[in-house]
Amino acid sequence: MASSYNAKEEDGHHSGAPAHGGAAAAAAKSKKPDNTAFKQQRLPAWQPILTAGTVLPAFFVIGLIFIPIGIGLFVTSNNIREFEVTATPTRDTSNVFMYYGLSNFYQNHRRYVKSRDDSQLYGDRSALTNPSKECEPYRMSDGQAIAPCGAIANSLFNDTLELYHIDSNGTRNTIPLVKKGIAWWTDKHVKFRNPGGNNNLTAAFRGTSKPVNWRKPVYDLDPSDPDNNGFINEDFIVWMRTAALPTFRKLYRIIQKKAVTTPTLPSGRYVLNISYNYPVLSFDGRKRMILSTISWMGGKNPFLGIAYITVGSICFFLGVVLLIIHHKYDTRNNSADIPN
Amino acid sequence: MGSAVSNVSQLCGAESTPEEERNLRANDRPSNRSYQYANNAIKTSKYNLLTFLPLNLFEQFRRLANAYFLFLLFLQLIPQVSSLSWFTTAVPLLLVLSISAVKDASDDINRHRSDNQVNNRRVDVLVDGELRSEKWMNVQVGDIIRLENNQFVTADLLLLSSSEPLNLVYVETAELDGETNLKVKQALTVTGEMGDGIDELAGFNGEVRCEPPNNRLDKFKGTLTLHGQTYALDNDKVLLRGCTLRNTEWCFGLVIFGGPDTKLMQNSGKTTFKRTSIDHLMNVLVLCIFGFLAFMCTVLAIGNAIWEVREGSLFTAFLPREPGVDAALSSFLTFWSYVIVLNTVVPISLYVSVEIIRLGNSFYIDWDRKMYYPKSDTPAQARTTTLNEELGQIKYIFSDKTGTLTQNVMTFNKCSINGKCYGELFDFAGQRVEITEKTERLDFTWNKLADAKFIFHDHSLQETVREGNLQAQAFFRLLALCHTVMPEEKKEGELYYQAQSPDEGALVTAARNFGFVFRSRTPESITVVEMGRRVTYELMAVLDFNNVRKRMSVIVRSPDGQLTLFCKGADTIVYERLHKSCDRLKEVTTGHLNEYAGDGLRTLVLAYKDLDEGYMDEWRRRHHEASTAMDGREERLDELYEEIEKDLLLLGATAVEDKLQDGVPQTIEQLTKADIKIWVLTGDKQETAENIGYSCNMLREEMKEIFVVAANTAEGVKEELQNARRKMCPEGAEEPSMVQARAGLFWIHKSETVLDEKVDGDYGLIINGHSLAFALEKDLRLELLRTACMCQTVICCRVTPLQKAQVVQLVKKYKQAITLAIGDGANDVSMIKAAHIGVGISGQEGMQAVLSSDFSFAQFRYLQRLLLVHGRWSYLRMCKFLRYFFYKNFTFTFVHFWYAFFCGFSAQTVYDEWFITMYNLVYTALPVLGMSLFDQDVNDRWSFQYPQLYSPGQLNLYFSKKAFVRCMMHSCYSSLVLFFIPWAAIYDTVRDDGKDVADYQSFALLAQTCLLVVVNIQLCLDTHYWTAVNQFFMWGSLAVYFAITFTIYSNGMFFIFTSSFPFVGTARNSLNQPNVWLTIFLTSLLCILPVVAFRFILIQLRPTINDKVRHKVQKEALPAPTPRRPPARRISTRRSGYAFSHSQGYGDLVTSRRFLLKRPLRSRPVLFTQTDSPLAQNQPQHYRTITEEPEESRSP
Repeated sequence: MASSYNAKEEDGHHSGAPAHGGAAAAAAKSKKPDNTAFKQQRLPAWQPILTAGTVLPAFFVIGLIFIPIGIGLFVTSNNIREFEVTATPTRDTSNVFMYYGLSNFYQNHRRYVKSRDDSQLYGDRSALTNPSKECEPYRMSDGQAIAPCGAIANSLFNDTLELYHIDSNGTRNTIPLVKKGIAWWTDKHVKFRNPGGNNNLTAAFRGTSKPVNWRKPVYDLDPSDPDNNGFINEDFIVWMRTAALPTFRKLYRIIQKKAVTTPTLPSGRYVLNISYNYPVLSFDGRKRMILSTISWMGGKNPFLGIAYITVGSICFFLGVVLLIIHHKYDTRNNSADIPN
Repeated sequence: MGSAVSNVSQLCGAESTPEEERNLRANDRPSNRSYQYANNAIKTSKYNLLTFLPLNLFEQFRRLANAYFLFLLFLQLIPQVSSLSWFTTAVPLLLVLSISAVKDASDDINRHRSDNQVNNRRVDVLVDGELRSEKWMNVQVGDIIRLENNQFVTADLLLLSSSEPLNLVYVETAELDGETNLKVKQALTVTGEMGDGIDELAGFNGEVRCEPPNNRLDKFKGTLTLHGQTYALDNDKVLLRGCTLRNTEWCFGLVIFGGPDTKLMQNSGKTTFKRTSIDHLMNVLVLCIFGFLAFMCTVLAIGNAIWEVREGSLFTAFLPREPGVDAALSSFLTFWSYVIVLNTVVPISLYVSVEIIRLGNSFYIDWDRKMYYPKSDTPAQARTTTLNEELGQIKYIFSDKTGTLTQNVMTFNKCSINGKCYGELFDFAGQRVEITEKTERLDFTWNKLADAKFIFHDHSLQETVREGNLQAQAFFRLLALCHTVMPEEKKEGELYYQAQSPDEGALVTAARNFGFVFRSRTPESITVVEMGRRVTYELMAVLDFNNVRKRMSVIVRSPDGQLTLFCKGADTIVYERLHKSCDRLKEVTTGHLNEYAGDGLRTLVLAYKDLDEGYMDEWRRRHHEASTAMDGREERLDELYEEIEKDLLLLGATAVEDKLQDGVPQTIEQLTKADIKIWVLTGDKQETAENIGYSCNMLREEMKEIFVVAANTAEGVKEELQNARRKMCPEGAEEPSMVQARAGLFWIHKSETVLDEKVDGDYGLIINGHSLAFALEKDLRLELLRTACMCQTVICCRVTPLQKAQVVQLVKKYKQAITLAIGDGANDVSMIKAAHIGVGISGQEGMQAVLSSDFSFAQFRYLQRLLLVHGRWSYLRMCKFLRYFFYKNFTFTFVHFWYAFFCGFSAQTVYDEWFITMYNLVYTALPVLGMSLFDQDVNDRWSFQYPQLYSPGQLNLYFSKKAFVRCMMHSCYSSLVLFFIPWAAIYDTVRDDGKDVADYQSFALLAQTCLLVVVNIQLCLDTHYWTAVNQFFMWGSLAVYFAITFTIYSNGMFFIFTSSFPFVGTARNSLNQPNVWLTIFLTSLLCILPVVAFRFILIQLRPTINDKVRHKVQKEALPAPTPRRPPARRISTRRSGYAFSHSQGYGDLVTSRRFLLKRPLRSRPVLFTQTDSPLAQNQPQHYRTITEEPEESRSP
């Protein structure tokens, strides 16, 4: 006898129960619990289980989806031309991005990351002259507040890179490098703001001192363009967006495409002129200059493509293995053999 | 106010020397006050308004986890160490503390309320020469109070006088010891003389010296000094708090012990706080986690030291060290910084969430309509809300019998008269028809004196009697004469019987309805209305019942002078005394008796004998001699009885059903299938207990053997136990195989476990209280446990409340199994408190069991729903919750660990601080709660269909240390994926417009989004039961995550709190990147696929019972509940169905004048308080026993 004394008579639903027999008033007074699906734990529900019918197709489908995506990603990534330091020309007609890369530079060190004052960078007057304690030891210099304060700003990358194309005549043609549009829009327009607007920065920063390692004050970062000077200087903003990992690259300049048909960097010889200011050897670091095109998936990174292909293949393989297991064992473990 | 005083005095009492003797003087408050005895107020609440905050906070911080978080909070205030803002810890801690505080406060308010209710009951107190109504709490030691009928006794009183003759008082002690029979107390004559004279009572100045407050209910020692005379006081003169006055118009009493000093309160003792095994495991795990945390932090601190030496020292140009910090100090600080960062391995919201889940699951029990008993309007109640998951792990059930398995209602069910069996119904095909509530009942309207509540179905019996069948008439005449019932007839024709045992009541009522109405008795006569004709028999002698004789006889002289001896008793005994001429009848009757026994009915055999006048005279003379003899009175009387009770003529047999509660056998069958062992612990006699064992299917005829242990010496008990064991398991070792283990915090707790031994075949064990007392001794208890655990069924009879608790503790200690005790009376309180889970049967008269229970409901059968449905689900949900909870926290935390290797071990967090604050409290709180409140593997019907589904809980399969380690490894894998896939994906990459996406903030956002998606998908995999609420919580949480993320990364938030929300724009700038989403997708799949594959393979290769049933559920429709078949007919051939819950001494009582002096007519029959309750509709007869001598086995 499998079961059971349950259901109807216990539920009290049936007509024989005296509580039901009475008037509505009596029923209201009774302590009988409400008959709601929630209270009786009878909420309608979907009860999926792992069956061969769902699991095996899922594995195959995932495999089938992942492999093409992976191949697509891989191909895309491979199509991205990326050249370190020694640049070879390309026929690409798109923009070319110029990065500087640093290795073994711990921009993500806790003390480094927090060594900044966002209020100051946001143009807050009181923070300008009285920066946050987090900026120590780059908070005050000679009794004057440092603007911008903190270790991040202090270690601003200050090499200058220039790229020349040497044409067939042997003349050096400076390749125009665009220095605006390299920072996030939100950083440029929301997060960073000069105190008292962009005009007359010298006056605005009066009473502050330049960071110790800097050669020139913050309002001289780009004197030529008031929209790129002071805290909203884009080189500065890019640097202030600290990297997640000790090896990173940061956008330095953009080489704009010329026309639809002409390559941005036509073939030929190029010269990269680096004014070396930034010390990296002291900490075992490495500096790189990268020229790269980009695609819909960003910069060159073959990992995702390879990962998708791998995972897709594994899925497929697992699907086959599971299928075999299922065929071999499922009949044996039919649910009919529940001991009773 | 009163309670405060009592509390203070209690405290003082505890601190100063314990009270050695109690001295008090009646009506002398000033002198009594000097002793500072507690007054009658009770206090069970813990806090008041002022003390709540400090005390509650103190209590809460005693919890390891809470204290730890307080410590963390302080740690975060140190700037060198602080790796996280203070709010990441403070907000959760505050939330957790306030939730707990609110719960504690509401609990305490309830306790205040119930205290107030009791303390404000009113009673008449004699103050300054007049009676005044006072609150209970204002009653002082030494006061004289007046109680009225049906009132609760206010405090422990010395009985002074009463309205009844001989200063008797009747009390019901159900609340106190669970015995529903009335007890008689008698005041001293010297005080009784005062009666209700207020002046005399006011002038009463007796002095009482007695024992100090204690918890012994059956003993009292003291003296009363009055006018220079000293009188001894014993238990008979004391009324205890918790009793109810019955059958007594009024009485006066002197308060001896008040409030906390009363025996009732002393007995209730400290309520030990029950914790579940999962609680203990959780504590151990939290400790392990602390160890693990320390380990991780040490590894990272060492890493930091190495980094500082190799890299940090070179990096000082960009990141100078703080003054005075070298590599060693930095490493030390890093250790603490990482303690803060990794603190989430110790989940702060764990305890709160666990409490919430238990509370929710408790509400389900309260709300369950299938555990609601309409007849008494009682819903089930989870009185303790912290034990739910243990309901899913029960291995042993200890059950009381009377009132729990049975209704404590006896029904006259069948009888065999002159070889013909009555009481069964057959259809035309000759098949036995099951008798249900709908079966047509006999109509007794022809008999004006019939009891309307008596139910019988077999018409043939009524016809036989009314036709004038002599044997049938003699049969019922015997039942009407041979008993010790007292009749009560307030109005003409309204008869009430007060029977000493419900069996007798049932038999006499049967006779009454079949036309032989026992009407009244005097010490010398019995008046019976026989088929409408009034006949008075002269009662010559009552040959009383006792446990050796197992029979009782009366000798009566009918009006026409015929002397007859009527005898009823055990079949074995009466058969020996039958006349040879009855042999044929005996054979037929034996067949019937075997059938009755097989059905678990209680049988008695009836016989009679006509006596000779001359012999009778002579016998009576000798009887008189014997009963006045100074020595050997008992033996001489026994001989005389033996002599006259022979050559009896067999009349037939009765079968009385000790009515089981509905569904008891089915419930027991279900629980047995769920591999739960059920032990019955009852104060009843062996025969009765055995009978119930058979009728509820615990003992079965097909069992190989049923051992009875009833020896009276330790040696004898040992031998019987060993013999039984050797018989069951001949190859078993002499010494029990024990597993010793250490468990608990710091592995201090040593435990020994007696292993189960395999036995083939079913055995039963019956052990009585005497033997149990020996068997529970230190040297025998393992023997007892081994033997008992080999048996399918264990019945302990005539056990005291203390022994019940001892048995429970024995199993608890040496079996390491979860136990449940279920009972209805105050005598079950000790075992209810001792067991892991106590269940009280509510809706009966005594509330004591319910009050000390953890769960209560009205019917035993609801136990299967409580365990197999609610318990199973609670356990499942709790384990799933814990596994998932640890998983999600470990995964969360381990990512930090991996990141440490890439950030110079600087304790930089991977995620945004706001995410860290809200991860547990907001983003992942509701989905997991949804799962742990709604999840079910299969619904209740299937749970009943396959009780085996219960066994994983008993084996602790779903959450144990092993499962925890598995959980950690799973987390480890997930965290590796969660860190390194995003790491590799963003390595050196940029956005699709060439700008930054590998910056710290974007990486944090990517990592935390991956994490959240992964833990949510993992939750989906764990959820078996997808209700709309689950969907809502799950999608809602994800939506909330994105909403909150976009909000706190918005310009507005940055504008208002610039320094708190530095992540401005991160979400907009990185979540629009396809490779970010491709990374999230890849990470999620990589985390989930192996889990799916692993689970699938497990289901294929080693499906658990759960998997199988769930599979079946998908394929098949719900099985219809199988119709209840009438149990197959069993015929017992090897045992007697005799059982009679009667005891000796009552015969003397009915022939003495003591009882017959009093009988003032009262408007309402006090002994039948239940007649108007809804229960009564289903209870044909309801008897209370009147008096019973204290059972000798109570204090072995």
